[in-house]
Amino acid sequence: MIHLRSLYKSFGTQTVLDGLDLDVPAGKITAIIGPSGEGKSVLLKHLIGLLQPDSGQVEVEGESIIGIRRSELNRIREKFGMLFQNVALFDSMTCFENVAFPLREKTKFSKDEIGRMVRSALADVGLRNIDNKYPDELSGGMKKRVGLARAVVMNPKIILFDEPTTGLDPIIKRAIHEMIKETHAKFGFTAVIVSHEIPDIFDVAQNVAMLFRGRILQHGSPEEIIHSEHPAVRQFISGSLDGPIQMA
Amino acid sequence: MGSAAVQYIGRVTIGAVRELGRVGWFLLYSLYMIFRQPGSPLQILKQLRFIGTKSLFVIVLTAGFTGMVLGLQGYYTLAKFGSEGMLGTAVALSLIRELGPVLAALMVTGRAGSAITAEIGIMRISEQIDALETMALDPFKYLVTPKFIAAIISLPLLCAIFDVVGIYGGWLVGVKLLGVNPGAYFYEMEKSVVWRDVYSGFVKSVSFGLIIAWIGCYKGYFAGHGAEGVSKATTESVVLTSVIILVWDYFLTSVLL
Repeated sequence: MIHLRSLYKSFGTQTVLDGLDLDVPAGKITAIIGPSGEGKSVLLKHLIGLLQPDSGQVEVEGESIIGIRRSELNRIREKFGMLFQNVALFDSMTCFENVAFPLREKTKFSKDEIGRMVRSALADVGLRNIDNKYPDELSGGMKKRVGLARAVVMNPKIILFDEPTTGLDPIIKRAIHEMIKETHAKFGFTAVIVSHEIPDIFDVAQNVAMLFRGRILQHGSPEEIIHSEHPAVRQFISGSLDGPIQMA
Repeated sequence: MGSAAVQYIGRVTIGAVRELGRVGWFLLYSLYMIFRQPGSPLQILKQLRFIGTKSLFVIVLTAGFTGMVLGLQGYYTLAKFGSEGMLGTAVALSLIRELGPVLAALMVTGRAGSAITAEIGIMRISEQIDALETMALDPFKYLVTPKFIAAIISLPLLCAIFDVVGIYGGWLVGVKLLGVNPGAYFYEMEKSVVWRDVYSGFVKSVSFGLIIAWIGCYKGYFAGHGAEGVSKATTESVVLTSVIILVWDYFLTSVLL
């Protein structure tokens, strides 16, 4: 589905991706874990062409997205939905307008149909009676859920989640993970989740890849990662201060 | 030592050329998008209200006092030559050719240009522009082209209002306070102001509208990180727009005179 080959990316003198290879299988939830500041969000932005690598290849369903025309990139981007780390809701629009926005701009559905689809997407994430509220009137968890509704409303084939539960309390965190699992079971999209939620993410993802020093250190099922013998993977999962991962 | 200096000069030069290229590309792409995807009429109306209607108060206030100062200064200068009757001409030509377009543009830069940069800059740092891109939508259609169209339409209208209010400001001081003949004030003005003067003011104000939208949107679109990045972009936007307006005004004047 998505193939990353020999991906290099630097910002100034800092190398963030250092020859990274990764295969994201179709129809499954793949989690990318790793220490903070290792470039997980940078990696995610490469998948949808928000960032261009210094060198390397990104293929989505067999098509390269590197160095292509904007119109071609937009055609491929229509396969994607994305939930941003800071949600990135349009702050001058209400919740309803935020979720309706891609439908209004990209489809020819009638006003009534769009209204039904938006309310259904909001109900799917457990939100009702918030149509006229603005993002700054919502709690962090509610914003994430509106963002999730906006990401799934176009029924995309691939959804990227950038730390969907960071900063939320354990109950809302659990609820969001359940929502991701439920919407995935319902729509069958390919998902890539950047997350720090250890061990919760092992219950959500079917594949886990650990990013460290600009490369994928290990990639496998949650069980394989949990039982990994690699010192960095073991240290990250156990949260130990001793090991190859040093705090910056 | 010498090699480091050469490297530094090279880096600065390449950076400046790259920045110039990006500014130029931004203008060309914005103009292209005006014809290709101008944005919805509602978005354009919203921007017309923001850039045009909401600038009216500051324009009227500035124009009134500018006209009054011109009336005062002009009267005492012309009185030395016994030509007080030419006051209307002096006030009108100063306003229509120069002060109207330039001062209106500088006022709009301070009020709306800074807000344009701040708005787009905040959307940049909060990833709202990235969100538009991930939806396969061109951010220029929503954020840039409506502002370009609104600024290009608003500035000539604001400039016209500036000119009229300024002329009456001069009339208030010259005629009502200092006793210039009211008939002479308007008659001399009508006799001296020609279509070419109005045309030059119109061309200037249209191009100033373009500059305000161009630099305001550009600085916001490429704002740096965090609140500091937006603050820096906003300051740079106002300073750069004001400087470009004044420099461009000189070149336009030399061509249009």
